[in-house]
Amino acid sequence: MSDEHIDEFSGVSMTGHEWDGIRELNNPLPCWWVITFYVTIVWAIGYTIAYPAWPMLTSATKGVLGYSSRNDVRNELAAAEVAKGKYIAAIEAKSISEIAADDALREFAVAAGGAAFKVNCVQCHGSGAQGSAGFPNLNDDDWLWGGNADQIQQTITHGIRFPSDPDTRLSEMPAFGDIITADQIKQVSAYAASLSGQVQDAKLVEPGAKVFAENCVACHGDNAKGNRELGAPDLTDAIWLYGSGETDIAAQVRAPKHGVMPAWIGRLGETKVKELAIYVHSLGGGE
Amino acid sequence: MKFGTAIVLLSLFAFAALVAAGFGVDEPFRQHMWILFFAVTGFTAILLRKTEFKPAAPTDPSAYMDGPIRYGAIATVFWGVIGMLVGVVIALQLAYPDLNIEPWFNFGRLRPLHTSGVVFAFGGNALLCTSLYVVQRTCRARLFGGNLAWFVFWGYQLFIVMAATGYLLGITESREYAEPEWYVDLWLTVVWVAYLILFLGTILKRKEPHIYVANWFYLSFIVTIAMLHVINNLSMPASFLGSKSYSAFSGVQDALTQWWYGHNAVGFFLTSGFLGMMYYFVPKQANRPVYSYRLSIIHFWALIFLYIWAGPHHLHYTALPDWAQTLGMVFSIMLWMPSWGGMINGLMTLSGAWDKIRTDPIIRMMVMAIAFYGMSTLEGPVMAIKAVNSLSHYTDWTIGHVHSGALGWVGMISFGAIYYMVPKLWNRERLYSLRLVTWHFWLATLGIVVYAAVMWVSGVMQGLMWRENDEQGFLVYSFAETVAAMHPYYIMRAIGGAMYLSGALIMAWNITMTILGYQREEEPMPGSAPVFRAARSGAKKWA
Repeated sequence: MSDEHIDEFSGVSMTGHEWDGIRELNNPLPCWWVITFYVTIVWAIGYTIAYPAWPMLTSATKGVLGYSSRNDVRNELAAAEVAKGKYIAAIEAKSISEIAADDALREFAVAAGGAAFKVNCVQCHGSGAQGSAGFPNLNDDDWLWGGNADQIQQTITHGIRFPSDPDTRLSEMPAFGDIITADQIKQVSAYAASLSGQVQDAKLVEPGAKVFAENCVACHGDNAKGNRELGAPDLTDAIWLYGSGETDIAAQVRAPKHGVMPAWIGRLGETKVKELAIYVHSLGGGE
Repeated sequence: MKFGTAIVLLSLFAFAALVAAGFGVDEPFRQHMWILFFAVTGFTAILLRKTEFKPAAPTDPSAYMDGPIRYGAIATVFWGVIGMLVGVVIALQLAYPDLNIEPWFNFGRLRPLHTSGVVFAFGGNALLCTSLYVVQRTCRARLFGGNLAWFVFWGYQLFIVMAATGYLLGITESREYAEPEWYVDLWLTVVWVAYLILFLGTILKRKEPHIYVANWFYLSFIVTIAMLHVINNLSMPASFLGSKSYSAFSGVQDALTQWWYGHNAVGFFLTSGFLGMMYYFVPKQANRPVYSYRLSIIHFWALIFLYIWAGPHHLHYTALPDWAQTLGMVFSIMLWMPSWGGMINGLMTLSGAWDKIRTDPIIRMMVMAIAFYGMSTLEGPVMAIKAVNSLSHYTDWTIGHVHSGALGWVGMISFGAIYYMVPKLWNRERLYSLRLVTWHFWLATLGIVVYAAVMWVSGVMQGLMWRENDEQGFLVYSFAETVAAMHPYYIMRAIGGAMYLSGALIMAWNITMTILGYQREEEPMPGSAPVFRAARSGAKKWA
């Protein structure tokens, strides 16, 4: 560390080393840097005394604060259980109409059902329960299997066309492609479309009404208002599960698609299903 | 015969690849071996065309060996553009999922292509060529081991090609930043040991009494990466003719090994290695002595001692035992000042040369790099604090943090080093254009600012949405809603990335023209000190 090398600009001495023209000043460590470094070390030592830190042969130091992240989770979950406990017990014990009648209980069930909906139902019905092609919108008042809370509970509990649940809601529209002619399908589709106010060719609609009367009224009813006992949709309300145009309707007449909804009781349990039913009922279309 | 041994060995290698392509037990492995076969055969053919039978001209043992470094500089720019391009593509895929093209170009396969492309192909080549440049000049010694440097360079490029094509074929170990399968890992191990021998051998035959600080950093990078790579990739192939292997670790041990590796890839590849770069190129470009020798020693040893323990902060609130989480966190906090030691030494080296920020866009780039280094090495320890981590972890905030370090620090310091080295390597008087460097600087800087700022907002929003509870204690948002909320930020992030990429393309043009020997006719950079004073006093305008 020789004094002969002094940097002209800073007046600081150099170390006397030189590599490819690079030299080094002999500046001391910046004071704030050293102090901050020491502070972080002191803090680190303190922290490792307070919290679990140093590994020993078979376990590790526990820390004087007795902190444990697993205990934290356990305690938080237990506290949450306690806070929710009385509501959950009440929901478990009461029928769905009793729950709906109790303001505080209903409010809780709507919140709990909403949270469960976001995890279990949004994949098909959408985050806003708005549905999409093949998956019903749950906000409107058009219900295939009934829109009061008990009926919704029944649907969620046992699902729709869910093979492993004997009580599942079951209906299957026949594939009319095998039963009536292509012309008749065209006609009846035009008729069905005209029911909700779509302008259609009168030459198709009139014979279509006849085809409808012969083949469809058994399930969809004389007035085409549907039948919830059978899950037969109302054809007059301009709400279509598989598309509203004449072609979409014709496709559904020819070889209908049948959606499946799982039975949720096994996975979610009765209380959660009740909460979900109350939540779905609260969305706006509940009866 | 010139290249005689190489041609024989490469032919055998190509034959082995052909055999593996024929007898491989799974389709991706066979395809991968065909790629290897064609790559090695093509390379052999090039050597065969270049071979000569006259006795080789004796090499001057005192001259520096710059051939592999020239190739390395070109490879750095080339892989940089590729890696950043893939980055912009996957950013757009996140914003517009329809851009996922199955099966080769979906997000899952392109994402490791991007990370490995920028870290190992771009960053790795930058480290490789600058380390060989620096070690020769600061040791006053020619590279050790004759053609060993060529083996390291081409061997590393083969690793990159095999890793990249493997990802696209769907071959992966699923270990983040260590995705290549066992046979590619083995090849990298061979190349890396050769690199270590090359570097150490050169240091051992140095003609300087002391080892310059840049070389300590480079050496720590090479040694540690060797250790990390070997241990993290310990695995048993399901077949020696197949592309599948099983890790030696499982469960939480596996997670800890992976993040010990992952964090120290950041620490020793992206920090330590690039600090080596900084310690040579900043004093050279600024033409000033290094600020403090003592600081360089203290912060070097503190950095490498502390960094290696900080990995568990990637596993806060997981199955990892509390004690390991605590240690990961406190070592990360203690790492703050050792990291900043490098920033202080880099920035303060400019004292006496601060005016160059106005006049020299390369210095400006280096200063911006060091500033981003300081910013991300503060952000890192903050994010390692468990309370902060509980919000930031798994969100875009982490992505923003990585990119402010990668784009800001690693990218900018590499660009600065390339701009410094290329004219010297090809004996050009100057770069093709300094004004294009200014363009590159601003595009890159604005790109990073957009990218990092957007990811902060998006990450914090994402974290807050995930944990949002209503009065009854139920979660408010579904996961899909949090994804939908990030859409505008994904678009802005892609724009920031595209700005950064366009800067890199300008660099590629500038470097190509420099290598070809062109000089753009342009006004000199304005704003040297006397001009500035004259303009301020209003005496006269400088035309």
